[in-house]
Amino acid sequence: MIPAWILEYASLLVRGLQTTIAILLISSVAGFVLAVLVALARISKNKLIARTSLFFTSVTRGTPLLIQIYIFYYGLGSLFAQFPLIRGSFFWPYMRDGYWYIVFALVVSVGAYVGEVIRGGLLAVPKGEMEAASAFGMTPRQALLRVRLPRALRLLLPTLAGETVMLLKSTALASTIAVIDLLGAANVVRAQTLQVYEPLLLVAGVYVCLTFLIEALFAFAERRGTPVRRSA
Amino acid sequence: MPTMFEMIGFSEQGWGAALLKGLAMTLQISAGAFVVGLIVGLVVACLKLGAPKPIAALARGYTTLFRAVPELLMILLLFYVGSMLLNRLMESMGYDAVNVSGPLAAILVLGLVQGAYASEIFRAAIQAIPFGQIEAGKAFGLHGFGLFRRVTLPIMAPYAMAGMANLWINLIKDSALISVVGTNELLYTAKQAAGSTRQYLLFYLTAAALYYAVTLASNYLSGRLERRIRRWMPVVD
Repeated sequence: MIPAWILEYASLLVRGLQTTIAILLISSVAGFVLAVLVALARISKNKLIARTSLFFTSVTRGTPLLIQIYIFYYGLGSLFAQFPLIRGSFFWPYMRDGYWYIVFALVVSVGAYVGEVIRGGLLAVPKGEMEAASAFGMTPRQALLRVRLPRALRLLLPTLAGETVMLLKSTALASTIAVIDLLGAANVVRAQTLQVYEPLLLVAGVYVCLTFLIEALFAFAERRGTPVRRSA
Repeated sequence: MPTMFEMIGFSEQGWGAALLKGLAMTLQISAGAFVVGLIVGLVVACLKLGAPKPIAALARGYTTLFRAVPELLMILLLFYVGSMLLNRLMESMGYDAVNVSGPLAAILVLGLVQGAYASEIFRAAIQAIPFGQIEAGKAFGLHGFGLFRRVTLPIMAPYAMAGMANLWINLIKDSALISVVGTNELLYTAKQAAGSTRQYLLFYLTAAALYYAVTLASNYLSGRLERRIRRWMPVVD
């Protein structure tokens, strides 16, 4: 009972799904690294660093993601095209493709949104635990990597699940700059089969499944990653 | 060739007036969608808390679905399905097909997405009301809509305030997605300006600055409103 168009365009749709997942994975991992740096900068004692990172999060969270994508893709893209050095370089074929622009825009966006979340988590780690870490002779860097950050992340897992779902939904904007992601593939099918909405319904279902999958993964991580406290 | 400032200025070759008109349209759409979202959110929240089981399940399904599907996809879907259904309806009643575009469709589509998020905020806010307050209201002989209007709504408002302010800012940002279906709001105007002058960076940055100004102003105003609406609440630190 599967409609013929699904079978005919199955490989295109699957490739779209792969693109969506690839964008999601790359930008969540790279964005997470940026987010930790942004969070550390936000709580830095150096005023200049703290202000700069506050400005970055404020602007990124205060403007629509779509317009940021346009600024990177059309704005910077047309700027790059004016330099023969860049045009002639080895990277040019990659720099014309929308793919890396959407990844870049999403990394920046995750850096700002999740950075703010991680900042809250870092501030929520009890002071006594940090003091205990330094009493054990850990350097500030060790205390951060072994105590403060892991503790904050465990507190934040439910929030991070929500942010990852938001990121999944943001990847759909890739289709606006001619990247064939899941939504882009549906749009191709629509254009070629003249079906108004059926392909959209199909990929909407896929997005819902992906959302449940992300939530299940985070729930699993929460159960596995949270050690049971035993009294000594 | 006009300079950069002439291009975003208000002279004859300038796009300044057009951009401001786009901004006004963005604000109109956002305000309209906010009101729709407020009403839908309140109704759905009440259904989730008090309706018979199948209806409550339906309300929860609406919330899950609208929060799991990308806004852009939802806008495309509602836009095309909505216009198709409307055209069928018009056809069956013997009228010509209408062209569904423009602000009204945008308001409805964004309002429905907004309603899903708002309903969760309202549900949490209503559940945060101490039950004794509602019992006291009932003891005074209030019931039904009167109880809702005089007790539930004013007590829940401070709890819902911060979440709704966030939603408003999200809504302004989401309204940029409407440009994809061709409503002449701020981003769409900027797109046209950028395309005809080939100054992409200039116009997108200008539009981004306008959005940012609206966000900053909203943050300031909602902060003041929140302080006012919470003034009777005990200070928690």
